[in-house]
Amino acid sequence: MTQKYRLATGGLIDRRVTVPFTFDGKAMTGHAGDTLASALLANGVHLVGRSFKYHRPRGIVSAGAEEPNALVGVGRDEGHYTPNLRATQVELYHGLRAESQNRTPSLERDVGSITDRLWRFFPAGFYYKTFMWPKGAWTKFFEPRIRAIAGLGRSPAAPDAARYAQIYAHCDVLVIGAGPAGLSAALAAAETGARVILCDEQPQFGGALLAEPGQSAWLAEQRARLAGFANITMLPRTIAFGYFPHNMIGLAQDLTDHQGETSDDAPRGRLWQVRAKQVITATGAIERPLVFPDNDRPGIMLADAARTYVERYAVKPGNRAVVFTAHDDAYRAAVSLHEAGVTIAAIVDLRESPEGPCLDAARAAGLPIRTHATIIGTEGNLRVAAVSVATIGAANAERIACDLVLMSGGFTPSVHLFSQSRGKLAFDPALDAFIPGTPAEPTIAAGAASGCQSLEAAIASGRAAGLSATGQAVAAPVAETVAAGFLGEVPHGRDPASVRAFVDFQNDVTAKDITLALAEGFRSIEHVKRYTTTGMATDQGKTSNMNALGIVSKSLGVPIPSIGTTTFRMPYTPIPFGYFAGYARGDLFEPVRETPIHAWAAEQGAVFEDVSLWKRARYFPRGAETMHEAVARECAAVRAGVGLFDASTLGKIEITGPDAAEFLNRMYVNAWTKLKPGRLRYGILLREDGFIIDDGVVGRIADDRFHVTTTTGGAARVLNMMEDYLQTEFTDLKVWLTSTTEQYAVIAVQGPRAREVIAPLVEDADISAAAMPHMSVVECRVAGVPARLFRVSFTGELGFEINVPADYGRAVWEAIDQAGQTHGIVPYGTETMHVLRAEKGYIIVGQETDGTATPDDVGLTWAIGKAKPDFVGKRALARTALASQTDRKQLVGLLTADPAEVLEEGAHLVADPAQPIPMTMLGHVTSSYWSAALNRSIALAMVRNGRARIGETLHVPLPGRSVAVTLTDPVFYDPEGARLDG
Amino acid sequence: MLVISCPYCGDRPEIEFSYGGEAHVVRAPASVTDEEWTAFLYQRSNARGSYAERWRHAHGCGRFFNARRNTVTDFFEQTYKIGEAPA
Amino acid sequence: MADIAIAPARRTAPLPGAVDRRIEKSAPLTRFVLRLPEESITAAGAALGLDFTAPINRAVTAGYRMALRLGPDEWLVLAPAADAAIPGALGAGLADRLFSLVDVSHRQTGIRLAGPHAGAMINALCPLDLGSAAFPVGMATRTIFAKADIVLWRTGIAEFHLEIWRSFAPYVVSLLHEIGREYPD
Repeated sequence: MTQKYRLATGGLIDRRVTVPFTFDGKAMTGHAGDTLASALLANGVHLVGRSFKYHRPRGIVSAGAEEPNALVGVGRDEGHYTPNLRATQVELYHGLRAESQNRTPSLERDVGSITDRLWRFFPAGFYYKTFMWPKGAWTKFFEPRIRAIAGLGRSPAAPDAARYAQIYAHCDVLVIGAGPAGLSAALAAAETGARVILCDEQPQFGGALLAEPGQSAWLAEQRARLAGFANITMLPRTIAFGYFPHNMIGLAQDLTDHQGETSDDAPRGRLWQVRAKQVITATGAIERPLVFPDNDRPGIMLADAARTYVERYAVKPGNRAVVFTAHDDAYRAAVSLHEAGVTIAAIVDLRESPEGPCLDAARAAGLPIRTHATIIGTEGNLRVAAVSVATIGAANAERIACDLVLMSGGFTPSVHLFSQSRGKLAFDPALDAFIPGTPAEPTIAAGAASGCQSLEAAIASGRAAGLSATGQAVAAPVAETVAAGFLGEVPHGRDPASVRAFVDFQNDVTAKDITLALAEGFRSIEHVKRYTTTGMATDQGKTSNMNALGIVSKSLGVPIPSIGTTTFRMPYTPIPFGYFAGYARGDLFEPVRETPIHAWAAEQGAVFEDVSLWKRARYFPRGAETMHEAVARECAAVRAGVGLFDASTLGKIEITGPDAAEFLNRMYVNAWTKLKPGRLRYGILLREDGFIIDDGVVGRIADDRFHVTTTTGGAARVLNMMEDYLQTEFTDLKVWLTSTTEQYAVIAVQGPRAREVIAPLVEDADISAAAMPHMSVVECRVAGVPARLFRVSFTGELGFEINVPADYGRAVWEAIDQAGQTHGIVPYGTETMHVLRAEKGYIIVGQETDGTATPDDVGLTWAIGKAKPDFVGKRALARTALASQTDRKQLVGLLTADPAEVLEEGAHLVADPAQPIPMTMLGHVTSSYWSAALNRSIALAMVRNGRARIGETLHVPLPGRSVAVTLTDPVFYDPEGARLDG
Repeated sequence: MLVISCPYCGDRPEIEFSYGGEAHVVRAPASVTDEEWTAFLYQRSNARGSYAERWRHAHGCGRFFNARRNTVTDFFEQTYKIGEAPA
Repeated sequence: MADIAIAPARRTAPLPGAVDRRIEKSAPLTRFVLRLPEESITAAGAALGLDFTAPINRAVTAGYRMALRLGPDEWLVLAPAADAAIPGALGAGLADRLFSLVDVSHRQTGIRLAGPHAGAMINALCPLDLGSAAFPVGMATRTIFAKADIVLWRTGIAEFHLEIWRSFAPYVVSLLHEIGREYPD
């Protein structure tokens, strides 16, 4: 096509640059400065989509963010495809590929439009009323089919290939909207030296003035002044989509989207999280459609949008127009179009006797005006072809042929962001609209967003806002007379049941739907909204909410302020998810924590598992070993010889100060006062409710210094809990806490030959059994490095845990591995660690316990310091409700009748597998492994009154069968503990 | 994201802080009945409006402190150090 | 005692490999978390030659020693790895006064980020106001960078020192490198 609707002169487009693009595969051209919508109109294309519910043909209604109809999918391939973009906001770029949505097979011939002919079956809330029979047919038959027909665009079929940037920013004044009010506000604020951010969704600043050629000199002057301020950050192509608490505003800045994301190296867009001392919303106003029968045909558009297409984009939106209005502003549009060569067939004004300069100008141009008149219907299939015009109340109508209808019901201030900020809206009866009232945040509305209608008033209110936001005196506002327009369904004299006058174009809600909801008893506007879905589409009712309110108001005879309005929520316009994900994708989604020994383990072919944010070596397969084979070999090596294990992820806390022991007395269940320096103790930490939250070995390094270990996942939680008690409860204690988790690499050497392996590497300490018994600690040197050497075991074997400064972890590990070669040392992973500890009945907090286990439940009563007056959880354990319970779940061992059967962790235990469902559940399996040492399966379980049931047989019900298990003591291996003393 | 005024560091963004539940809940394990201890463990006033609560500047100075926040508006009335009386 | 010769151990830094050109890994440092009750501040200052009366969230330097006041009673003391005198000096200077000193030399690692866009790169994922009025040279504080806890110290108009726990360091540096792709210099 040849842009046959492009005007020869005027507009802000660059005719020297021709921009090719395709729409539904059809090649067209536009010019630099076009939006997709203006370029389509230049090519005579109005039909751009099919509606959500009825699949009615729809055209471009607006020229901005409020567009309800012209939703398109854009992108050169699936990785760059974005659905549901408003064609009125998509800047045209070379090679842009756009497609229409919600049509099969084509826009012109859409099989889904069958729903339009069946529209009487789809009234408001139809899914509550019809398609209810036969039972079950809704979910199985009707709903899937209706859902397939209804809808917006499709999801892209490939992951988003674009990059997204993010930034936090701070400013004194954030001005949202760079129209006349926003420009004036930003300049007034910047003059004081304040840090100002000025953002606007358009590629150029100017707002509504971009469509006012007569104001281009003023606009150029303001832009030049802006450029002179280094303290103004200017953000064009940036949508303020969300107003969050304490004046944090979310902005989505288009960086390369408008160029078609030519390089994946440059981010597509940037999310700004701006914290502003003051916010000025200069977001303009949105023109309201008029609600008349069949007001949704392609070619029917807002009057101001049509004028914008003429003045800014130099596009003639049609050849012969009828203008339908209740507001003077549409007369300006009529004159603009007339001067651009569009025949104005009629101006139809709902008002009885409108007067004013706009009308005078139209009369001067010789345009035919019919007052006190209305449009009672339209014709045309894929484009409007004619309208029927009648005097209000009269029966006979005049048919006027046209290919374009302009409509204007007046203007609604854009209060979305103000409303999001939880400011109270006020109803302005002169405007028939809500305007910002009492703010909840430091925020000021300016310009048309605050109800101004004249340019002078907008500029003055913007300047006042800028001065006020920076604490300066403000002049009195410019007085002006504003005009309201029309709300609700226009009078048309036709049977309301047989016409469809659309209120919400995007969700296909008609005036009849709303009156039906009222007839069915809905009164709250929030209920009417949910029942009819008016205002619930992706445009949040930008063009429809006030008309819906008008219909409710007139039907119920209740003034609009008494009905109230619905709540606007973020985002103002839809924002791609990528903006929110930002950099947090792939490997950067979250920290991947690796120990100092990780690289060694990776080189050995270890298989890793995730433990909180850590990567831990799970097992070290040799050759083609399976996990089962590798773990069996590693277990056997530790039991018979010696194994090497990376325990670096254990949480570590250094507790220092003269009251350190007393602090531990109050935190842990154990008694610490008598623990001598150089000795270790297994500590149990409860929450205040008496349930186990963590455990770990604690070493006393000196009278006033303890080395506390926690579980891997509990490290941060435990330190926070300790700080809480120290800072807020036990404030009498002189104690300090420092996380040392990452200060040390921790190398566990476990097995009967552990001492032989490390002895040659130890300096400055005697580690003989006599000098260094089980549960002791010594500061020494290992492999030439200062170390805290713990003699401790989580395997039941003779064992050591060597804490060395992390940078030395790998070197010490390798030295031990080297020294252990003659002893057959093997590295082992977390899976083997789990098996070995389960063989010994050692619990893992979070596996045997689930936040509801007391020390007694898991057989650890022995650890409690009974003489202590207080420790966290002590009082709760003494509560009668807890202490008197007789059927609490207790830790036991399980042996399956078939030694080869390894139970599923989490499986339930019952007494009678033949009991009908629901069965009486007595407990559950917490740990289950194959034990190489015992050559059979073992399991740990929490079972009601379990210790008294030892010896009994219970059953694990499984699909189609059950497994008999015998309850045993939880210690399966070396119950005397003799091996620890090796 | 809220702005929270740490009594030590001044205004800082909410994500540096961790929440610590209701403030001024007295822990007195030695002298309470079972019912009182149960209330200490599980019952909070959950006030609509002005609410005394604890925060920790976890990713800052590390200090716990008390605050009064209006749970309807989300605005803070004041923050004050542990052991200090509210203004 | 050991009966074999023990070779000097090798250090393995937590940040192997190349990083962004604007990021410089700091040399190994001696690091201590120092906690001082009010009554010990003056004596500790005298012992180490550092001004511990400087306000919270400020760094002070004296010669090659640096102290970042991260909390009302908490300092991160940094010095070259060769400086082994800190525990002894404090022990002698605070003989009868309370203090807590914990070695965290290996717990974290340092990087220096410099360049005209250093502040913007940090602000990509750190929510603090890094304007020169709100965050002047010499300011140092714990804060958040994406999902990592960091210590951020402004050492110059366009120069920052970051202290990061070692297992979080590759994450932070990779993010900075990714962010740096947007900035030409």
